[in-house]
Amino acid sequence: MKRGMRSFIAFLAVFVTAAAVGAEEPAAVCDVPDSFVSSDTDLARVTAAIKEQKRLDISVIGTASSMLPGPNGAHFAYPAHMEDALKRLLPGIEVKVNTHVTPRTTTAEMAAGLKTILDQDKPALVVWQAGTADALQGIEPDDFHASLDSGLDAIQDAGADVILVNMQFSPRTESLLDVSAYADIMHWAAQQHGAVLFDRLGLMHAWADQGTFDLYAATKDYAMARKVHACIGRALASLIINAAHLDGEKLQTAH
Amino acid sequence: MAANLRLASTEAVARAPAAPAPAFSTERDLRLDLFRGVALWLIFLDHIPQNVVNWFTIRNYGFSDATEIFIFISGYTAAFVYGRAMRERGFVVSSARILRRAWQIYVAHIFLFTIFMAEIAYVAATFDNPLYAEEMNILDFLKQPDITIFQALLLKFKPVNMDVLPLYIVLLLFFPPMLLLLLRQPALALIGSAALYVLAWKFDLNLPAYPNGVWFFNPFAWQLLFVFGAWCALGGAQRLSGLMRSPVVLALAVLYLIFAFAITLTWYVEPLGRYVPNWLSEWMYPIDKTNLDVLRFAHFLALAALTVRFVPRDWPGLKWPVLQPAIRCGQHSLEIFCLGVFLAFAGQFIISEYSGGPLVQIAISVIGILIMIATASLLSWYKAVEGRSPSSRAKAANADLAGGEA
Repeated sequence: MKRGMRSFIAFLAVFVTAAAVGAEEPAAVCDVPDSFVSSDTDLARVTAAIKEQKRLDISVIGTASSMLPGPNGAHFAYPAHMEDALKRLLPGIEVKVNTHVTPRTTTAEMAAGLKTILDQDKPALVVWQAGTADALQGIEPDDFHASLDSGLDAIQDAGADVILVNMQFSPRTESLLDVSAYADIMHWAAQQHGAVLFDRLGLMHAWADQGTFDLYAATKDYAMARKVHACIGRALASLIINAAHLDGEKLQTAH
Repeated sequence: MAANLRLASTEAVARAPAAPAPAFSTERDLRLDLFRGVALWLIFLDHIPQNVVNWFTIRNYGFSDATEIFIFISGYTAAFVYGRAMRERGFVVSSARILRRAWQIYVAHIFLFTIFMAEIAYVAATFDNPLYAEEMNILDFLKQPDITIFQALLLKFKPVNMDVLPLYIVLLLFFPPMLLLLLRQPALALIGSAALYVLAWKFDLNLPAYPNGVWFFNPFAWQLLFVFGAWCALGGAQRLSGLMRSPVVLALAVLYLIFAFAITLTWYVEPLGRYVPNWLSEWMYPIDKTNLDVLRFAHFLALAALTVRFVPRDWPGLKWPVLQPAIRCGQHSLEIFCLGVFLAFAGQFIISEYSGGPLVQIAISVIGILIMIATASLLSWYKAVEGRSPSSRAKAANADLAGGEA
């Protein structure tokens, strides 16, 4: 419900570039309210990496909702779209996205595996998608909170910025799987650690409210799932650009 | 002895007037029915996630929600009904009635669970979308129906929104000794309850759930509200009445409600969030529903203080026809609660299966409440009919109708 309010402030919506990513990809048009791609928290490490090293290394860590099933799923999932959009928006900058996506891993397990990833990737930014596996397995919210805390500490100790990505909005399973408690914890954890939260749950909720996507649809077709991931990837790229204060000039030239 | 028994059994039919001068009030307080009825409507509305009408429910205006009202009033009425039974018929008889009530609620819970299983089996059979490959794992438990159903019977597996009745069952199971203590040493009972609440927080006491985790409503924490309600019913309310009239209490309650409202507002209007100082957020969050956060409990107390002050027991409004539907729903709380859970399932199902527009949501909300009112009226009618028929009178008295309202 908290997120339903977002539709009321949809007039704040900005248009996220709908340029097609990859020839085979249907161009997805999706309005993203401004509040989802802006943050009070700065991605200072990202800004520094781009200005000083002309490169941006990002590690994406997550579970099954950070990928798509089916052939070539990774190619159509949001991390790939985020990478493409960033490359477009940041010409002359070497953008590298490493994805570490393992289905069914809880936040505690992901937090335990962070060190290896951080040592190996040396990212300026970690995009950490969490919460769904914990909600599915009924992990105690307090334990979830503690795992998030330790993971966020580890990432920040390694000198990287963090964007937390919360759950998908899944209206069909809402009566079976209540993610709100976990979403609230992610909100507070991000606030406490000065991390950025990408509110995927709220954004997809807004899309459902606005009729951008029919998230109730029962389908075996991959088209909608791919479009949703394309939109999420681009929204994440916008959030990174905004929170790292990469100037608007650059955005303009990128089109 | 015979006279005593007869007296007790007629009085078991609740609203019977005038008992032989006990220390606490014997007349049914219609305010309880009214607010419990309203709470049942709010719980129904809150259980439909996609619902614009939810904007009117109290959880959007402060920390506590309808659950607090429901549990408090349930404690109050349980003490009201069984407290009298315990005084007049003793510990064994009243305990037996309390346990029978717990059994009835258990059966109602399992009935709801069956309906829920039917719904998810349908979703599992019909819904597919590659976007939600991860979320669909929630249906995995259907692959192990033996374990799932067994865990549900043990009250360990509880689907979303089906947590209140198991809490109520556990609270009733432990109510007989608590009630005895409340009747003999009310202050000690209340202190004991508060101590258990503190211990639950300190040592993370809770009951285990299946497949993982703990109960959504921690009985060790929520018992405080139930026992507090019971304590109020057994004379505590009179003891507090001086405090309730104090302008200082009024001012504190109003200030706290304004504070809670302001904080709640920052959840919905994100830009306002930056006006909440960090130290306050750190201290305040998370506002834990599972363990009945002190902030929630205080919010309920503030609401209750205002209510008691501005809605006196003899408030003429309680006779207004417009409030009778809510009062009637409150008088059949178990049935109407279950119906509300079912209607919320059904409403949510219609919204996700067909159309989810605001008009449909409003229609579903209104129709749902009308069905609840109609059912409550029907139940009142049944009760009136059974009460009138001479052959059933004795039976009705034995059939624990008062318990039916606890």
